[in-house]
Amino acid sequence: MPDTGYLPKEKVKDFMRELAKDAVVYAPCLEGDTVIFRPFSEERTLCFDRPANSPPKSVIYPQSEQLFAFEYKKDPEDHQKMSVELKADTNVPGMVIFAARPCDARGFTIYDRVFIDTDTPDPYYKKRRENTLIVTLSCAEPSPGCFCVGVGGGPAHKEGSDAMMTELEGGYFIEPVSEKGKAILNKSMIEDGSPYLQKAQEAQAKAHEAVKNPFETDKLKISQDLFNNDAFWEEAVSKCVSCGACTYLCPTCYCFNITDEQASGKGERIRSWDACMFFHFTLEASTHNPRPTRFQRFKNRVGHKFVYYPEKYDGAIACCGCGRCIRYCPVSVDISEIVSNLTESGQKQQQTAGSAKK
Amino acid sequence: MTDIKNPYLPELATVLRVIEETPNIKSFQVAFNDPEKMKGFTFQPGQVGQLSVFGVGESTFVINSPPTRMEYLQFSVMKAGEVTAAIHNLYPGDQVGIRAPLGNWFPYEEMKGRNILFIGGGIGLAPLRTLILFMLDNRSDYKDITIIYGSRTPPDLCYKDELKEWEERSDVNLILTVDNEYPGWSKRTGFVPTVLKEVAPSPDDTVAITCGPPIMIKFVLEGLAQLKFRDEDIITTLEKRMKCGIGLCGRCNIGSKYVCKDGPVFSLAQLKEMPDDV
Repeated sequence: MPDTGYLPKEKVKDFMRELAKDAVVYAPCLEGDTVIFRPFSEERTLCFDRPANSPPKSVIYPQSEQLFAFEYKKDPEDHQKMSVELKADTNVPGMVIFAARPCDARGFTIYDRVFIDTDTPDPYYKKRRENTLIVTLSCAEPSPGCFCVGVGGGPAHKEGSDAMMTELEGGYFIEPVSEKGKAILNKSMIEDGSPYLQKAQEAQAKAHEAVKNPFETDKLKISQDLFNNDAFWEEAVSKCVSCGACTYLCPTCYCFNITDEQASGKGERIRSWDACMFFHFTLEASTHNPRPTRFQRFKNRVGHKFVYYPEKYDGAIACCGCGRCIRYCPVSVDISEIVSNLTESGQKQQQTAGSAKK
Repeated sequence: MTDIKNPYLPELATVLRVIEETPNIKSFQVAFNDPEKMKGFTFQPGQVGQLSVFGVGESTFVINSPPTRMEYLQFSVMKAGEVTAAIHNLYPGDQVGIRAPLGNWFPYEEMKGRNILFIGGGIGLAPLRTLILFMLDNRSDYKDITIIYGSRTPPDLCYKDELKEWEERSDVNLILTVDNEYPGWSKRTGFVPTVLKEVAPSPDDTVAITCGPPIMIKFVLEGLAQLKFRDEDIITTLEKRMKCGIGLCGRCNIGSKYVCKDGPVFSLAQLKEMPDDV
């Protein structure tokens, strides 16, 4: 069997139908003028020509999911006595994420360390992750705000992908990354990829050149002095409105809430996405709030991605540079600019310029 | 799959006894419904648990009974929000859920052979109680035990029966205080940090463990520094809004540390290394 594959453009839908035989295939689909990952079906309009507005994180980490159901039951002998029954279901169908961008796939590896590589793995996330095949589409050109190369990724970076497609003139070159990804080369519509290898590599290299690196060096060095300087944060996020859009659209944000819903003696405990940008996120019942201001919350968000997470996980940055928080921020807060200003070289520039380099 | 334990699924338990400690604090003694589970359950003093009222939610409380007394687990709950209000409505026989033990614990091994100074305020005595009882059950392992405890008024003092017991013991030095004069109160008055200065315990071979409202902790830490206690010998246990209890959900972090998992017990030396959004 050849190491690589090639999928002619006219056979893309056939290929997706084939994958959909034993899995739910999530693909970027056009809804109005936004692109969102939806279960593939014939009536949907696929859209591969720009990154989806929201990442496919909800496929593996749903915006809202049941942790367990509970039911209060009356004791038949003694009606004053109630018992409780709990039921947890971690079964999920096979799934495919199709034509996600490499940054989105890499986002899942950032979750893996937190949700799987721990002494208390999350069974819901783990099961979905194990049951999902991720076929990415490398980026031909950057979108506004993209900075994947600044955080160790790239438009054809393969970490997190099971297989990667690269668009060529008449079709897609396919490189398997994992064992799971290799299996798709067996599908009947996949041709031998070797004649296209060189063209694909050229396309990938060209795309890499086109992505800007907002940081001076490859090794990000955050200045502790600046990071701990409240005035820096107050200025940096003075326009932030704490709407939380950045967190919901982020392929690496994973903060969540747990709540109970109940109706007449039974209900469920639910886990839902939450956002550290909200005042209520850390508000305690005593009314004490450890992060009451917008700048403290923003500092925590940037800190988590660029300082705290790397501290815990061997220097890995919890940002994949997809640029969505920059593209869709209603007040144009730019995390790459803020982090760049936080670096030691950024600090030097500020000193010589006498003010923030904005 | 991968048969892993579901960390979100509570163990079912029954409320055995409810004790009214103060006008707004109740203690709940609970036991797992499964007797095998109760027999096999172990924890360390200072570890916490998530107590669930199904349909309302769960909140984090320290297990304030000691691991040396395992007929039940005790949680003391101040009525403050939605979940604590629902817990206050529980009666013996009611069903709850427990996820425990969570978090780290008091470094009691390193405290062996030393003098122990407890400084508590209000409900802050709860986490100290587990360690006090544990130490009293292993009394010969420790030298002098001093407890400074205060609350706003005498009715606000928790564990009144135990306070009486400790007061009568010759191997415990208990110092009680309330904020202001109160009819029938003949002991000290004044805030806990002020009383700490008056008592002025020696820092020699002594470890101080403190818990109480944030403002009390702040001034107690200052007081201990003035008394020349070393940062490594000052231990506190923190409280935060928590949901998952396993270091995932993102709300109880102070920098890269999660209070639910890396804490709740920290030394002042550790806290000084962390950002100050406590």
